[in-house]
Amino acid sequence: MSLETAASNGQRPALQADGSADGTARPVIEVSGLTKRYGEVEAVRGIDLAVYPGETFGFLGPNGAGKTTTIKILCTLANASSGKATVAGFDTATQRDEVRRNIGLVFQDTTVDGYLTAEQNLRFHAEMYGVPKGALQPRMRQVLDMVGLWDRKDSLVSTFSGGMQRRLEISRGLLHAPHVLFLDEPTVGLDPQTRSSIWAYINELKGREDITIFLTTHYMDEAEHCDRIAIIDHGKIVAIDTPEALKASVGKDRVQIHTDDDRSAIGALARVFGIEAAIHEGLVTFPVSAGEQFVPRLFTELGMPIRSVSVSRPSLDDVFMSYTGKTIRDAEASGTDAMRQMAARFRGRR
Amino acid sequence: MTVTDTVTRPADTAVIDSIRVSTPATGLRHDVRAVGVIWRRELIRFRTDRLRAVTALVQPVLFLFILGTGLSALASAGLPAGVDFKTFIYPGVLAMSVLFTAIFSAGSIVWDREFGFLREILVAPVSRASIVIGKCLGGATIATFQGVIFLALAGFAHVPYNPVLLLTLVGELLLLSFTLTAFGVMMAARIKQFQAFMALTQMLVLPLFFLSGALYPLNGLPGWLTILTRIDPLTYVVGPMRHAVFSHLNVSFGAQHLLAPGVTWGGWLVPEWLSLAIVAAMGLAMMSIGIAEFRKTE
Repeated sequence: MSLETAASNGQRPALQADGSADGTARPVIEVSGLTKRYGEVEAVRGIDLAVYPGETFGFLGPNGAGKTTTIKILCTLANASSGKATVAGFDTATQRDEVRRNIGLVFQDTTVDGYLTAEQNLRFHAEMYGVPKGALQPRMRQVLDMVGLWDRKDSLVSTFSGGMQRRLEISRGLLHAPHVLFLDEPTVGLDPQTRSSIWAYINELKGREDITIFLTTHYMDEAEHCDRIAIIDHGKIVAIDTPEALKASVGKDRVQIHTDDDRSAIGALARVFGIEAAIHEGLVTFPVSAGEQFVPRLFTELGMPIRSVSVSRPSLDDVFMSYTGKTIRDAEASGTDAMRQMAARFRGRR
Repeated sequence: MTVTDTVTRPADTAVIDSIRVSTPATGLRHDVRAVGVIWRRELIRFRTDRLRAVTALVQPVLFLFILGTGLSALASAGLPAGVDFKTFIYPGVLAMSVLFTAIFSAGSIVWDREFGFLREILVAPVSRASIVIGKCLGGATIATFQGVIFLALAGFAHVPYNPVLLLTLVGELLLLSFTLTAFGVMMAARIKQFQAFMALTQMLVLPLFFLSGALYPLNGLPGWLTILTRIDPLTYVVGPMRHAVFSHLNVSFGAQHLLAPGVTWGGWLVPEWLSLAIVAAMGLAMMSIGIAEFRKTE
């Protein structure tokens, strides 16, 4: 599916950068041929994409795939080595202040000031963005209500839990009514319950504000919330479409079996069925079409005992695997997540 | 600055409509607002962190009362009758009282970078200059507050509470604080770790203090030390401050000339206005370097 058809699929008309609500969806974010090198390392290796008004667009990839670097370029925090990016109609390299006025940002690391109260943090932000004084009080109330922190506005932010700090950051990112909200790993380091509540706020937000959301994540289940996702691996986009279309493109079900001798099971699968299997998550894993009908054949023809079997419809995991040849957990540099969580805990303690 | 769409319904009812705000185009007026809010943040943090104000007072108090009292018997041999050694070192120790606070307030840039808040500042649609200027003015203000606290102890060093004298000293402290903060900001723009910044500060503060002539007169020093004292920016504030103090004391012109001779370059007496102008120029130059550093993008 091309970008254009994806965009015309169920896109509600939204405000353009110039404030006109015309139906012809002009991209809010447009990126072409973007690259970024840090010395020898090529973090981003030629990215093209377009995000349309009102979309929730997800950037899915393992840590170190180039997600954060791309966001930093889009948010004017880094210069691209080559290529061009526009946000809300403004060039991220030459019209920085215009871009900055039109975007809100929530970083994966805390960027609120723990020595200030929640309200002082928001007031600081409002002054920096030049929010008109008359609109500040109601708007502040609105964004704090949205994340359920209005009654904590006078508390020092250092007394907040990690989830509350993230919610405060989201409300702060919205304070100046940006056209685009960037969320860089908005739920990393949070417990599952807090993660789902953050998503509830994000989904509620889409109903309330004329806003385009661009987020990065390495959680498959979170990518399901997006209207469209781009899968990024080693600094390149390998697939870009709606989650449904991506899953349909894989077509095949995923079968995982547990045997006493996985190595010979893989050999038998290749010999008997001509299927290439591999071990993922400790189980012999392979894709087949119509998995339920395949399982009976598997038991009779494989010629070795099978202890357990599971069949699953294609998930984004499978999509990721079919485009990159590995699961996202395999692709993660082991331990980076744990380290980041430790860092987050350390920050919470200060 | 206008609200394009005003509030359509009271904010506390279940609103679907968002309150729309339009942020103004960047310009001088907006930058001034940004300078103001960064300045205010420094003040809020200084106010809530009382412990810092107390700890910053410890070192100058030690120098004035312990060192000052301990050395006074020895020093009285070289001092005209009726002049306390504490009075002599008071202006220099007063300068020291703002030294730590000013440089450390700039260190909060490094702290903010390490803990993320700097990014919130850097993605805001404000000029880099307004960020650095706000920081320098904020640091100058809180360091001057710190100096004023120490100024309250002037009586213990037999320095009179003369309004003109106090105002002169506060003005000179403000200038010194600005330059020191600008110096700190310039360093903070390059240093990425707070620990490294602290270590560097510790390393620089005592030489700056010792070379300023805070503890001894600047005339009749060996050549190498004369040169070192003349490149210390602190010297150009301690000189005028000591002059201000001694011109409000009941001492003979000879004693005044002996103890507060002013800064000289090879026998030429640097006028007080030039002395202070040098400090201001240094501050502005370092602030400009800080701005240039912050304009760089990764």
